Amino acid sequence: MTTSHKPDRRDFLKTGAVVAGAAIAPGILFYGIAQGRAPEEGASSLVRWGMLIDTSKCANGCSACVNACNHENGLSGKTGPQDSQWIRKLNIKHLQTGIEHNLPMLCQHCANPPCVDVCPTGASMKRADGIVLVDRHICIGCRYCMMACPYKARSFVHEPLSDQNPDVPRGKGCVEACTFCVQRVDRDEQPACVEACNADGHQAMLFGDLRNPESAIAKAMKAYASVEVRGDLGLNTGVRYQGI
Amino acid sequence: MARFAYWLKLAALLGVAVTFAAIPLRQATADAKLPGLENRKGDKCVEDVDIIRRNHPDLLKHHRIETLRHGIRTTKYSLKGCVECHASAKTGSVASAKDDFCVTCHAYAGVQLDCWDCHASKPKTKPVQATEQQASPTMNPVQTGGANQ
Repeated sequence: MTTSHKPDRRDFLKTGAVVAGAAIAPGILFYGIAQGRAPEEGASSLVRWGMLIDTSKCANGCSACVNACNHENGLSGKTGPQDSQWIRKLNIKHLQTGIEHNLPMLCQHCANPPCVDVCPTGASMKRADGIVLVDRHICIGCRYCMMACPYKARSFVHEPLSDQNPDVPRGKGCVEACTFCVQRVDRDEQPACVEACNADGHQAMLFGDLRNPESAIAKAMKAYASVEVRGDLGLNTGVRYQGI
Repeated sequence: MARFAYWLKLAALLGVAVTFAAIPLRQATADAKLPGLENRKGDKCVEDVDIIRRNHPDLLKHHRIETLRHGIRTTKYSLKGCVECHASAKTGSVASAKDDFCVTCHAYAGVQLDCWDCHASKPKTKPVQATEQQASPTMNPVQTGGANQ
């Protein structure tokens, strides 16, 4: 028998398994790797990105999420009527009881987005994974979407811009809004606002896949009551609020 | 006969006119200063230079749709990739001065550039230093008559 000294396939696989087992130290979290997708793989409708905001944890006077958004996306941070604001901190007060809530308001990434419905050119669009975006290449700046959005989430760029973030192209004459930091999400990172909120220790924002029952956000939404802002409109928003 | 002579004369006149008109045209083509595209990192583009020169708008347009609409983030035809390789050592940009990579050619061809109204014309990281940019025949548009890599 000439094959006796040759490593046979079964032995090879066994050795391989042992080596692989030894190489993987216990405790390493493979969550990130499992979630990641290859660059040539597109956004999938098996995923729906969403955000859960706990208004009881959102601190009064804190603007960490707003600052992080401005920095990540190259916004000026000004809040005039002609300045872009992708996320705003709101303070709402119940007139009868006087109870106050703080919450960040951003594009709600609706499943049935009115901005997409009204767009005459198809620039306003929803990606397969539920992220609502503006294709600036074909946006003509008509601003119908801004009128259609019940959340005032969109802004129009009035002045020429320079020194944009290479990951976030922006320019004059186009409408824009929160993208859930799509450039980060595609790299398997959290949106900048969520990261900043967590870094500040508030943990008021939770981002994840609504379609995956094992994700933290799906579990939280199953455990606690959450609401859509203007849920009566039936838009099925991707951003939900807790405690209002 | 008279008619034939008339046509002959007309043909001769036309021939002379065309010959004289062609001479300055040929001279102009030969003397035209083609844009120099010296700003680059490495010595090979993502496709043959001929293909890139003619089809870069289509490649970029296809890629932008893939990326924006479908979330496909391959880097081969990405505009960011162009900028990273071709940013000028002097200005750090592909489009902020007359000699920068995109501007030289687009000014020569008389084609307006809108990309940089929205896209960053500078890479996130610093471009390579001028010492790394050697004159390579593969990327030199003058005289070689196309890609030979």
